[in-house]
Amino acid sequence: MIKANKLAYEYIRRDEEGNVEGIIRALDGVDLEIKKGDFVAILGHNGSGKSTIAKEINAILEPTEGTLFVNGLDVSDESKIWDVRQSAGMVFQNPDNQIVASLVEEDVAFGPENLGVPSPEIKQRVAYALEKVGMEDHRGSSPNALSGGQKQRVAIAGILAMKPKCIVLDEPTAMLDPGGRREVIKTLHELNKKEGITILLITHYMDEVTGADRVIVMDDGKIVMQGTPREIFSKVDEVKSHHLDVPQVTELAYELNKRGFRFPPGVLTKEEFINALLG
Amino acid sequence: MLRDITIGQYYPSGSVLHRLDPRVKLFWTLLYIVSMFVFNTFLGYVVAGVTLIVLIKISRVPFKFMVKGLKAVWMLLIFTLVLNLFMTSGEVIWQWKFLKLTREGIRTAVFMGLRLFFLIIGSSLMTLTTTPNQLTDGLETGLRGLKKIKVPVHELAMMMSIALRFIPILLEETDKIMKAQAARGADFDEGKFKDRVKALVPIFVPLFVSAFRRANDLAMAMEARCYRGDVNRTRMNPLKYKQIDRIAYLLQFVYLAVLICADKLLAPLLTKVLPML
Ligand SMILES: Nc1ncnc2c1ncn2[C@@H]1O[C@H](COP(=O)(O)OP(=O)(O)OP(=O)(O)O)[C@@H](O)[C@H]1O
Ligand SMILES: [Mg+2]
Repeated sequence: MIKANKLAYEYIRRDEEGNVEGIIRALDGVDLEIKKGDFVAILGHNGSGKSTIAKEINAILEPTEGTLFVNGLDVSDESKIWDVRQSAGMVFQNPDNQIVASLVEEDVAFGPENLGVPSPEIKQRVAYALEKVGMEDHRGSSPNALSGGQKQRVAIAGILAMKPKCIVLDEPTAMLDPGGRREVIKTLHELNKKEGITILLITHYMDEVTGADRVIVMDDGKIVMQGTPREIFSKVDEVKSHHLDVPQVTELAYELNKRGFRFPPGVLTKEEFINALLG
Repeated sequence: MLRDITIGQYYPSGSVLHRLDPRVKLFWTLLYIVSMFVFNTFLGYVVAGVTLIVLIKISRVPFKFMVKGLKAVWMLLIFTLVLNLFMTSGEVIWQWKFLKLTREGIRTAVFMGLRLFFLIIGSSLMTLTTTPNQLTDGLETGLRGLKKIKVPVHELAMMMSIALRFIPILLEETDKIMKAQAARGADFDEGKFKDRVKALVPIFVPLFVSAFRRANDLAMAMEARCYRGDVNRTRMNPLKYKQIDRIAYLLQFVYLAVLICADKLLAPLLTKVLPML
């Protein structure tokens, strides 16, 4: 689905005359392969290059070095740019700044309209997408009347209506309350399971990562850790060395182990913790 | 306080006017405005006024509601009236010091006032019966022909609909920033004019910064959703004329014909019979 080979990206800062002032290497030799139907979470502290890689996958940024293929399409190929964006949809952090229309259903229709889909099919797709995110009752509402979590689900529906193979979400829950966060994450898991859509979730919340098939940890433009959530979170010290936290239960089990308890490495959920404690 | 501002306020009553194609309403409004400058006899005003009254009745929008939204415009109306009343030269019928009231003055003032009133009520009738989305859709489709002469019709319509989407968000944000500044001791309601203007600077700076960030985000989100201007674009609900729209277009010409007949043929005849008009 997504395949990166020695991918690098450099932001070039210029002064007023256009002279190069500084170069920031935001991605540095990233090798990555994501299979169809995977649910992958990307972690990394601020400035580690998470958003940059998301923008690469959506062909908003062109690789400085290396190659990146999305759904078999080369993102550097200017003529394939719209196909890349159609196959890999992107959801951004701020729900307000990505909703274009003043009516929910019209916003969901925006993507298919841009793709030149015939009108009757647009209607079907809008109905399908809104149903999949559980927003079919709000199709006639104004986005301003929705909660943050609902807005973000509308944004996901807007991408879904373009029939993507993969959805990249750049901190979609950062501006939401806990309820809204749960709604969004639940929707993503459903889309992944029922529709087989590949999900690439960038987040700062560790508890959103535990349900993923695979976790990727980035630091300073490089991929530094990769594995299942359990593999990653059993290496508490290593995770912390990349300025990241582990889920609270994991941390608790880890600290208790230091005092002589014997929890298995990488306890991820409350249930696991309780079972380990009792059994 | 800022949220009271309503732009393109819509009054849903499900009337025939609401269901008309927005293009029809746009052309009707345009024609009605132009027609204001065509006639200048008493009969012309009667025709235009009766047409407006009939349209308001059909729209089922309460007249009170229409007039309420026009507070700011009343000032303009009164100002024009007073200016015309006292500034027109002609046969003086009343005088106090330098203020002269002339027969012609009264005539122009009354007619001018009526004309403005028709104009404002007529165009607000359109915004009251058309949602902002329909309006921009109507503009885009209705003015499609102008693309040939390189008028960026689609882009203008898109800008308009995005502006309509973000106006409430930015107003709310202004409200928030004002409260935040007030909590830090800023005072917007007192002091000299100069001080009050100065107090606005810390509101507009963050507002502009945020607006630019939003614009940047939105542009990226639109690109990510394959927006590439007017290239190969379809619509979910393309505008299509129905029978009723064609009738409305026809009525438009009937209105114009009646107006011109009344103004140019009937009125001169009447003045011969009743010279005081
Ligand atoms: N438009 C830009 N111009 C210049 N440098 C940039 C730009 N965007 C990002 N950078 C730099 O590139 C690096 C990676 O940024 P990126 O936005 O990918 O990080 P991130 O992992 O998404 O961080 P965050 O968690 O804060 O969102 C950072 O050092 C950042 O300062
Ligand atoms: Mg980021």
